[in-house]
Amino acid sequence: MTTLNIALVGNPNCGKTALFNLLTGSRQKVANYAGATVERKEGWFTTPAGHTVRLLDLPGAYSLNATSPDEAVTRDVCAGTYKGEAAPDLLVCVADATNLRLHLRFVLEMRNLGRPVVLALNMIDAAQRGGMEIDLPRLQAEIGMPVVPTVGIRRDGARSLLTQLDETLPPVPTPLPAGTDLHALVRQILSDCVTQSTPLSDRVEERLDRWVLHPVWGPVILIVLLFFMFQAVFSWAQPVMDGIDAGMGWLGQQVGQLLPDGVLRSLIVDGVIAGAGSVVTFLPQILILFAWILALEESGYLPRAAFLLDRLMSFAGLSGRSFIPLLSSFACAVPGVMATRTIQNPRDRLVTILIAPLMTCSARLPVYTLLIGAFIPHRNIAGFLNLQGLVLFGLYALGIISAVVVARILRWRNADRQEATLLMELPAYRLPNPRDLALGLWERARIFLLRVGTTIVSLTVLLWGLSSFPAPPPGAPGPAIDWSLAGRIGHLMLPVFAPLGFNWQICVALIPGLAAREVAVGALATIYSLGSGTDTDQAAIQLGQMLPTHWSMATALSLLAWYVYAPQCVATLAVIRRETSSWRVVALAAGYLFALAYVAAFLTYHIARMF
Amino acid sequence: MRLSDLPRGTDAVIDSVDDHGSTDPVAHRLRELGFVPGEAVRVVATAPLGGDPLAVRIGFTRFALRRTEADRVNVHAAVGTPA
Repeated sequence: MTTLNIALVGNPNCGKTALFNLLTGSRQKVANYAGATVERKEGWFTTPAGHTVRLLDLPGAYSLNATSPDEAVTRDVCAGTYKGEAAPDLLVCVADATNLRLHLRFVLEMRNLGRPVVLALNMIDAAQRGGMEIDLPRLQAEIGMPVVPTVGIRRDGARSLLTQLDETLPPVPTPLPAGTDLHALVRQILSDCVTQSTPLSDRVEERLDRWVLHPVWGPVILIVLLFFMFQAVFSWAQPVMDGIDAGMGWLGQQVGQLLPDGVLRSLIVDGVIAGAGSVVTFLPQILILFAWILALEESGYLPRAAFLLDRLMSFAGLSGRSFIPLLSSFACAVPGVMATRTIQNPRDRLVTILIAPLMTCSARLPVYTLLIGAFIPHRNIAGFLNLQGLVLFGLYALGIISAVVVARILRWRNADRQEATLLMELPAYRLPNPRDLALGLWERARIFLLRVGTTIVSLTVLLWGLSSFPAPPPGAPGPAIDWSLAGRIGHLMLPVFAPLGFNWQICVALIPGLAAREVAVGALATIYSLGSGTDTDQAAIQLGQMLPTHWSMATALSLLAWYVYAPQCVATLAVIRRETSSWRVVALAAGYLFALAYVAAFLTYHIARMF
Repeated sequence: MRLSDLPRGTDAVIDSVDDHGSTDPVAHRLRELGFVPGEAVRVVATAPLGGDPLAVRIGFTRFALRRTEADRVNVHAAVGTPA
């Protein structure tokens, strides 16, 4: 029996993805469309009569007259002109039964594609609860295609659709004459087929929005939600992260005992396990963060947060949609960059990706803590402000201010005389569906572990190699790393970084710091021969007392300024490459961050030396 | 009256959507989203810090749009409906 190619199309927020998950379950594959950064979701299922169906979940679109890359993909796949995609045998057009006035227009556009179409009238239960009666036979006759009721969030909600799929393909609908006023036609169909008994103002959205979008209560609700989100990310994740950390340490020890002392043991324990472990540790934070973002997105709250924050974000030339990704970047830029998928405007998305690394991520905190503790005096200013805390706040603020400036410059450079637009739907409120949340989280976890994990592991192995070979001659003085390639590279880097006040030890520490920023602390500890350097916290305490004897204040401040900007996080660059499919963007991000870091550190060093 | 001048909570009816320039994708999209003559519209919320953007309800759907976008939509107050 041949496989049936079906494409699922519909307006954004029509419940298409819930229906897709209901039909395919976990038999789905997420990738990108060839030559585009648009997410491509495909799944498989078997109908009751035994037909195999390949189901493509096309990006949501308001119209075949595309205004975004997502909509262009939908338009081209529906028309059968997308390179590398088989033309669908059948289009299943999904429409939210409670929002037919908007969604039916797109359904009518489908009639002119010359392909069989079935209309899935989704969320039919919600429509009935809302006092809406729909005359299905009449709707079917007027719209010119088979109509089946579906409920994406109910286990048997796709039964009529499956029955329909087992019948012979419906005939191609007769195209509408050119120049048909689709809105007038929709209005006509609605007045013929739909009776509404409950007045609009009694709907849940109306009552909730009175609070959620309120000029005073709206921001209060938003701040409370964000507060809990960050509490969750930073404190709930901690025990799990400690557990993973300990587990990786234990695994390293066990493996270490099994293997003979030598290169192989060092490679596996110090390179692979320690390297992979340092990345996997971030998984709980990333999952909790994404659980919040997915829940906020599914519930319909996210666009409302964007509405409340649009004004604030417009100072940076961005729209409210950029807020959540940037906020996530304070935890880690990797999930932040991944979260930019919710930004529809490709230019806004690119600018957001480029400035996300300027948000002070949690991996920078150990470095800041070490340097501030060692060099900034513990003193009160104006009676109540702690100087150390003030400097830390200043570093965070510096990142944010720089992000605003960079965003404005990027917007100005790329100005194509097109005004910044917001125009977005505030969808109906919905209780997030556990199955859809779980599938979404699983997908994020898989992407994170597979793609970023493999990159990180190969790079940490490479860095391990550079830091271990060649080994020092027997009885050689000084730390082993000094004799290694990394040590030599550190000396080679010195002419470049000496103007910033960096010594060769800092240069060497910057290399392993590429894998994860906080590793630089451990690396400095190793270089200054402070024990093993494996216990970062312990090393940091001793290091804090030692550093002031080795470095000047100007050098320390310069390194702090460097860390606000420096693009030294391979995971971030890897995820930028993944999300944009472009090495040019990676080069642009790394290049501008490096330039900013260099200039900032240079200025800081030379200004600080004047005092 | 423009949609951007419509007071919050007042029911109005759309007269037309103006194009800014010869090809105006924003105006085009507004029409596709149902901002067409004869539709009932109401501003349901204005954002903090200066009242930009607006949240409007049209039919069963709510949209957020900036004032520059709402400037394109001409409306007149609906008669006989309580404000």
